[in-house]
Amino acid sequence: MLTEFGRVLIFLIVGALFVAIGLFVAWILRPHRPYPSKLATYECGEVPLGDTRVRFNIRFYVIALIFLIFDVEVVFLFPWATVYKNLGWFAFVEMLVFLGILFVGYAYVWRKGDLDWDKPSPKIPIYEQGIGVREPEVQQEEIEA
Amino acid sequence: MTAHEIHETLKTRFGEAILDAKLEGVIDPFVKVAPDKITEVARFLRDDERLQFDLLMCLSGVDYTGGKLGVVYHVNSMKLNQKFVLKVEMTVENPHCQSVESVWKTANWHEREAFDLYGIVFDGHPDLRRILLPDDWEGYPMRKDYQVPEYYNGMKVPY
Amino acid sequence: MGLLDQRFENSNVFITSMDNLLSWARLSSLWGMQFGLACCAIEMMATGASHYDLDRFGTFFRGSPRQSDVMIVAGTVSLKMASRIKTLYDQMSEPRYVISMGSCSNCGGPYWEHGYHVLKGVDRIIPVDVYVPGCPPRPEALMEGLMKLQEKIRAGSLVEKKTA
Repeated sequence: MLTEFGRVLIFLIVGALFVAIGLFVAWILRPHRPYPSKLATYECGEVPLGDTRVRFNIRFYVIALIFLIFDVEVVFLFPWATVYKNLGWFAFVEMLVFLGILFVGYAYVWRKGDLDWDKPSPKIPIYEQGIGVREPEVQQEEIEA
Repeated sequence: MTAHEIHETLKTRFGEAILDAKLEGVIDPFVKVAPDKITEVARFLRDDERLQFDLLMCLSGVDYTGGKLGVVYHVNSMKLNQKFVLKVEMTVENPHCQSVESVWKTANWHEREAFDLYGIVFDGHPDLRRILLPDDWEGYPMRKDYQVPEYYNGMKVPY
Repeated sequence: MGLLDQRFENSNVFITSMDNLLSWARLSSLWGMQFGLACCAIEMMATGASHYDLDRFGTFFRGSPRQSDVMIVAGTVSLKMASRIKTLYDQMSEPRYVISMGSCSNCGGPYWEHGYHVLKGVDRIIPVDVYVPGCPPRPEALMEGLMKLQEKIRAGSLVEKKTA
């Protein structure tokens, strides 16, 4: 008597209730004794220093962006694949054109080197405290006898 | 090269910086060097073709009772398979010694440990601070006249 | 709210069965915070490995104090580390327990006389529930300590104990 979508709605509601009841029962049962030392930020036992917001390397953003684009491409492939048998050659060629356009973009990103995780010639940072890379000392000096 | 030959080489090159030597009757023949010349001696030991002591095996502080501190260097040559020992002595009132960190990089940590536990100050060390004990510890524990503190940060130290 | 926070006056059948259920739940899944400091840590690892399995007790080691029930202090506690242990114990959430493993964390161990930087027993800074003696204790000894802690949890109750 329910439509398909109705069944999915019942499923969603039951799932949400399952989680909510679990959390609610836990909230009833658990002790709640906060004090400042307990609520402090965890830093392996040390006193927390510095800001929690750190700067991430830009390559994470690049990889996420490229993944998003090709993931959407795959999403477009799914409905095409379900009705592919009824559509014939026209649909096949049309999908090939679609994939070809996106493949050109992929080839561009690849050639440009944006998919490399390590850049070929990395720049090693020098730290002010003297800990880090220094000029290697000349090991064998000329010795007068 | 035998220990005698090494001693002769050092003596011809550095003369008055080599204060003393004991080459017979000990397991490790050693040479006593003046504390303000140890960096040159170390660099010569590392770079000379006949010696080539490229590995500093150990650098340890010593407390000779009677107001004297010392540093002992054990050096080893990997290529020529020979070992040698250098000793340096200084007083408690003036516990300064030159740093060999520019010669053997491993001395970076060893000298920090000697400073931490004995209070020997190494001139020329880039970052001389406590390494094993906490930064706010008072005193140098490995000296013979060290007294264990009663409390540290509210915690009772003795049993 | 916190039912576990409150203490009830009278005991009835509902409270007793809740007692049993909660105690059973807590003792069957004691998630330990790994705190291996020295040689006892090796024995703790051996206890967690396949021969003397700790996973059959429901115990597996978590890295963070916020997700763990029991802190097994295994090894010598130096004064430098003691400040961190206090902070980490504070950051554990109730109900929390501490097992002191080995003689160094029980009483200072072999360093009781001359150790200038050893805390003579971790119970100088945090409350300990079970002491496991040994240097280091055998894996069976650590398991017995864990089972003693389980008995202690089973004996806990929501009912306020009336002193005579």
